[in-house]
Amino acid sequence: MRQKLGFLATALCIVLGGALLSTGVHAQEGVKLTDDAGIYKEFGEKSGLVKIMDDFMVNLLKDPRTKPSFENVDQNRIKEQLVDQFCFILNGPCEYKGAKMKPIHANSGINRENFNALVEQLQFAMDKNNVPFRAQNKLLAVLAPMHRDIITK
Amino acid sequence: MQMFQGRAKMATAILLAAILSGGLTSTAVNAQTSDFTTSSKLLLTGGITNIEGSAGGGLTPWAVIGGYGTRDQIGANAFFTNVRSQDYELRTGGALVGIYDRVELSFAQQKFDTRQVGGLLGLGNGYTFTQKIYGAKVKVAGDAVLEQDSWLPQIAVGFQRKENNRGDLLRALGIKSDRGTDYTVSATKLFLAQSVLINGTVRFTKANQTGILGFGTATRDKYDAVFEGSVAWLLRKDLAVGAEFRQKPDHLPFKEDNWYDVFVAWAPTKNVSVTLAYANLGNIVIKDKQKGTYLSVQVGF
Repeated sequence: MRQKLGFLATALCIVLGGALLSTGVHAQEGVKLTDDAGIYKEFGEKSGLVKIMDDFMVNLLKDPRTKPSFENVDQNRIKEQLVDQFCFILNGPCEYKGAKMKPIHANSGINRENFNALVEQLQFAMDKNNVPFRAQNKLLAVLAPMHRDIITK
Repeated sequence: MQMFQGRAKMATAILLAAILSGGLTSTAVNAQTSDFTTSSKLLLTGGITNIEGSAGGGLTPWAVIGGYGTRDQIGANAFFTNVRSQDYELRTGGALVGIYDRVELSFAQQKFDTRQVGGLLGLGNGYTFTQKIYGAKVKVAGDAVLEQDSWLPQIAVGFQRKENNRGDLLRALGIKSDRGTDYTVSATKLFLAQSVLINGTVRFTKANQTGILGFGTATRDKYDAVFEGSVAWLLRKDLAVGAEFRQKPDHLPFKEDNWYDVFVAWAPTKNVSVTLAYANLGNIVIKDKQKGTYLSVQVGF
């Protein structure tokens, strides 16, 4: 009886977990958080995103784990594209017309450490600009699956 | 005095581990060109250390691999945990190493102090059971943190080999053995958009009171499958609160109850975390309704 109970509980846990997550859609460039009307405001709308990206880029260039990926590129263009991409994901009035994630990272040599460092630096930039923690996590939940296209080693 | 020495030894071990981890981390920073780095997991995503030495919650192992090493790195932790109820105290210390975010090896030593109850049972006040636990865990599928668009949790299988030093007494009480091995299957998933982490573990065990009271009985020497669950809400990236449940077998003449706790875990840096919990442990031997505090400190990288 106990054995059956244990298996049942685990099966239930896994199925429940699956159901909770199946609402997410696999997307290379990020799904739009359409059922979250207020989240764009929580990021300070377009001007807030611009500030976050400015701080983010400063952080990325300071961190030895991310610096090599960003020091020899057009930083302003990356910031603009990230603003558009995040604005789109956050249900703002923007279209993301930038590059696809997979091809532009194909030869980047980015590993798990570099990727996690980038997440940390984004968290610091969002903290600095007073984005609520739960709103941060909703964005990160959309961005996290992109590791499959970004991490190449 | 003996207790004090035990504590002092443990404190020294933790201090050493802290210095070691600090040293390794600073080496990593100073040696960027050598490609050797550490501590790249995100804060708190390696979990804390359970009372048996495995990375997880306080009561139960999770599917996460302990330490902050990613798949190119090594991570390690040392921990000390004190659980004190009205009538008993459990002091546990140990260490683990996480290898390439795939394999976890752990060791823990538990001291279960019967305090005044030892006297009541004719064993003498402060009669203490010591249990050594050798653990290993392997991640077999999934990624609890990054796979946010997938239903698959991170899954790990593991064992905890336990050796109790009070075999003669245990056998006199009608307990089969002073040694046993628990096998665990854990599934862990971070629901990042909801800021919630959920873990479910099935443990196959013969242990009475986690092995403190030995394994099996004279008349029953079979494995039970028991369920353990944890839920954690992330309040900040360095702070989580949650609740845990651990189902327990119940084959001894003195009733054994399921365990529950509520906890708050705080990681001021990647090198340190502190967890405070309130645990409900139910009946233990001759003392019912045992409740108390759980305090755990972990250092590592």
